[in-house]
Amino acid sequence: MNTLSGRKLVIGGIFVAVCAIYLLRLFFIQVMDDSYKLSANNNVLRYMTEYPARGLVYDRYGTLLVYNEVAYDLMVTPRQVKVIDTLDFCKTIGIKKEQFIKKMKQAKAYSSYKESAFEKQLSKETYAALQEKLYKFKGFFVQTRTLRKYPQEIAAHTLGYVGEVNDKIIAANSYYKLGDYIGISGIEKSYEEELRGKKGLKIQMVDVFNRPKGRFKDGIYDTLAVSGQNLVSSLSAKLQKYGEQLLQNKTGAIVAIDPSNGEILASISGPSYNPNLLVGRERTKNYGKLFLDKSLPLFNRALMAYYPPGSTFKLINGLIGEQEQVTFRETRYPCARGYPVMGGKPKCHPHPSPMDLPGAVSTSCNSYFCYVFRSIIDNRKKYANVVEGYNAWRNYVLSFGIGKKIHTDLPQELPGNVPTQAYYDKYFGKNGWKSSTIVSLSIGQGELGVTPLQMANIICSIANKGFYYTPHIVKGIGPKKEPRPEYKIRHYTKIAPEYFEPIIDGMQGAVDHGTSTAARLKDIVVCGKTGTAQNPHGKDHSVFIAFAPRENPKIAVAVLVENGGWGATWAVPIGGLMIEKYLRDSISKPDMEKRMLEGIVLSTEKKKAKETE
Amino acid sequence: MRKSQQGIFKNIDWLMVIIYLLLVTMGWINIYASVFNEDHYLITDLTQKYGKQMIWIGTSLLLALIILVIDGNFYAAVSWPLWILVLLSLIAVLFFGTEVSGSKSWFRFGEFGIQPAEFAKFATAMVLAKYLSQLNIKMTEVKTKIISSIIIALPIGLILLENETGVALVFFAFILVLYREGLSGNFLLLGVVAIVLFILALLINKTILIIALAIISAILFLFMRKTSQNFILLFSLFVLSSAIIYSVDYAYNHLQSHQKKRIDVFLGKESDIKKAGYNVNQSLIAIGSGGLTGKGFLNGTQTKYDFVPEQSTDFIFCTVGEEWGFAGTAVVIILFLILLLRILFIAERQRSSFSRIYAYGVASILFFHLSVNVGMTIGLAPVIGIPLPFFSYGGSSLWSFTILLFILIKLDAYRLEILR
Ligand SMILES: [Zn+2]
Repeated sequence: MNTLSGRKLVIGGIFVAVCAIYLLRLFFIQVMDDSYKLSANNNVLRYMTEYPARGLVYDRYGTLLVYNEVAYDLMVTPRQVKVIDTLDFCKTIGIKKEQFIKKMKQAKAYSSYKESAFEKQLSKETYAALQEKLYKFKGFFVQTRTLRKYPQEIAAHTLGYVGEVNDKIIAANSYYKLGDYIGISGIEKSYEEELRGKKGLKIQMVDVFNRPKGRFKDGIYDTLAVSGQNLVSSLSAKLQKYGEQLLQNKTGAIVAIDPSNGEILASISGPSYNPNLLVGRERTKNYGKLFLDKSLPLFNRALMAYYPPGSTFKLINGLIGEQEQVTFRETRYPCARGYPVMGGKPKCHPHPSPMDLPGAVSTSCNSYFCYVFRSIIDNRKKYANVVEGYNAWRNYVLSFGIGKKIHTDLPQELPGNVPTQAYYDKYFGKNGWKSSTIVSLSIGQGELGVTPLQMANIICSIANKGFYYTPHIVKGIGPKKEPRPEYKIRHYTKIAPEYFEPIIDGMQGAVDHGTSTAARLKDIVVCGKTGTAQNPHGKDHSVFIAFAPRENPKIAVAVLVENGGWGATWAVPIGGLMIEKYLRDSISKPDMEKRMLEGIVLSTEKKKAKETE
Repeated sequence: MRKSQQGIFKNIDWLMVIIYLLLVTMGWINIYASVFNEDHYLITDLTQKYGKQMIWIGTSLLLALIILVIDGNFYAAVSWPLWILVLLSLIAVLFFGTEVSGSKSWFRFGEFGIQPAEFAKFATAMVLAKYLSQLNIKMTEVKTKIISSIIIALPIGLILLENETGVALVFFAFILVLYREGLSGNFLLLGVVAIVLFILALLINKTILIIALAIISAILFLFMRKTSQNFILLFSLFVLSSAIIYSVDYAYNHLQSHQKKRIDVFLGKESDIKKAGYNVNQSLIAIGSGGLTGKGFLNGTQTKYDFVPEQSTDFIFCTVGEEWGFAGTAVVIILFLILLLRILFIAERQRSSFSRIYAYGVASILFFHLSVNVGMTIGLAPVIGIPLPFFSYGGSSLWSFTILLFILIKLDAYRLEILR
């Protein structure tokens, strides 16, 4: 028996050994290893984002342009879904049974325990119908969120739209989480940080069925959501809408700016679309349609399309000539239905000759400005060669805010193009070009590319006699209602104020008795200049730039109608109507207005398509 | 030879009683925390599990008193009839029992239920003690081994028929008793080898495993004296091992898929945390997140919010780990260890073989429950649904453990009055 009683030690040893192993294991998982604490938190804590209300956008008179509308997302927690009347359910939210099965599968694939969106953005009607039956559908609940709404249905390009963030945005900016919304274009994009506000965080404890069990540590880690700031846009909703109507059935752009502060009053790109199309459930479908539309409705011509400025560019050339002391008010140059120096090319239309500077502006004489251009570039007293002369000229041009981005507060702005010396050197060879080679620049043709926004800005510089404020679309941010500080700085052109008088006289003449009489208004002095932008692909583009009144200008406008032909046909009347609408809020020429509203200008591309049909 | 006239508490081992009371109380408190309901915050609320457990504890204490009152000779005498009665009830439950989640092991009387399998534990421990304590019994004899095996195997078979695999496995713990009473240590070793083979058979392809075993046998034979006796020994061991491997493989392939999955998860072949492994994973998280001193009473989120299943019964140890931390789990383990060692000490001081053998039976059963129950919550044992003695919620198990322990306490208190 003695030998057997020794076995108690073996058995006791087994007891001690197992308990020791367990104690070690417990010490390791409880004291040494922190990962279980993290897993426990992941289990039980739900970080609930409190979404702030996105800022609203008003026009300059307080008209609401953008607001938030409640939308209803139907959420599902698959684990909690019990047997339901699928048919009734599908009928209520308007889906097919196959879709139901597919969506449930997707939700389960995401998680059985966590909720995910089953059907996004139910309509109010669907929501109302569903709400009554929701108690029958265990595991489903409705989460409200907000959608952007554009009650005026205008300024789609300018206001832009919001969309869900993609992986790239999330990777680049830690603020955004899956499912968040962000401004994709327009004001929504450029003022994203002001509009979005600040998300709040609520930490909630949940049980295994994801049922809320109260706040974590009484909410000491919770943060409140801060609403986004409201914006006051410089747009006039009325003017914007009017411009969009004038431009319907036409391709082109209108930009109107208040020269006294750079505020954009209207920015129209035709054809446009209803901004509400890019909101809600139909968004993807609508976007696809707009994207494939041959008339490019998504393309913001006001900021992104390059046009040769045409005759409007003669104003700048005249100003440079004066500043360079090679052209004066009284300077007269001959015209022989064209530029005599180069055998009558470029051509000109019939008019009295020779004319002084204002007269040449009013009649838009091509020959005159070829002389001016040559006298600037070939001023050998000042510039040793054509290259020096050209670079000096180019610097003057750039000072009007073209050939480079002017940094407006809208995304997608393009710089335009003023050819560099290097470009000509490459194209014609070094020393292979002279003023006559590039003389088409004098009348705004050739390689010049200017956006409608830049055209309007040129007019502002002229209206202000030598300076401009960077055009901007938001004049007030938040409760202070101040624009961004950079928009309160004057940018001076390289032209002294006194040189503007003859040019402005010429512009007034153009409207009073020259090429732009369609824009003439009773009791308001309108100064304008037509242009015809050569279009190698089809009918020329119709251009008009103007400002009014002459003293203390209130509006500067640039109008461009693609394939509109001679400037006076479409661009001038439209420009005149815009000015009158803004200054008087009434129209004195209803016939002309009617003609403009109903007029259809088919773009060359469309015409071709029609012919081949 | 004194008579016990100084009352029923004379000579009882207070250390065991105190540990028992501590464990039962701690269990009650942890059951309260694990299923705490704010609308019924009183621990005595009878509509809640903690209120019911209070009743189980009260009745258990009553049972303990009755056991102490009864004469010490009674237990040895009643062993066989009691065992047969329990076996009959195990058969009866197959016909008249209520089916609960796949197992038919409960007699239901309204809200009240009794699980005969729980009572088979101490009945078998008593019968085994009774049988082995006979004077002419020698563990080395084949007859003894066979009869002992039958005593253990009968309840196992019946309980398996009830589909209570976990409870049935407990009876294998009696191998420790047999070992103490003279069974060759090789059997203990064989048991360990069988477990290892069992696990290997599930992890490794059976053909490769058998080839490996053949090679090992051959190498062993080269190093041993090359007698025919050794050859036969090795060969029969090899055949036995192969048989185990084949039967395990066969059994595994004929398991129901959810049982298969449990085994796969335990072996680490599958780590699907949201499904079968969910229990183990969540219990590990609950215990692991407790830290050194725990989250505090009623502050355990994993157990309270149902991340741990069956948190008041099989997974009660998770609540200890989460709310009381390593400090709590260590106290529980150490209390159990002291109790187990105390039982061994008490066993060895008995004059009666019946008492000694019974004591070893008690220790074996408690040890098996402790190691498997705690082991599964910390991922060191497969998920076998057996309760933590004295801790887990439930009347049958608390009664059965109380009876088990207090018969030992009574026998120990009575030891001085026994004539050898
Ligand atoms: Zn001319």
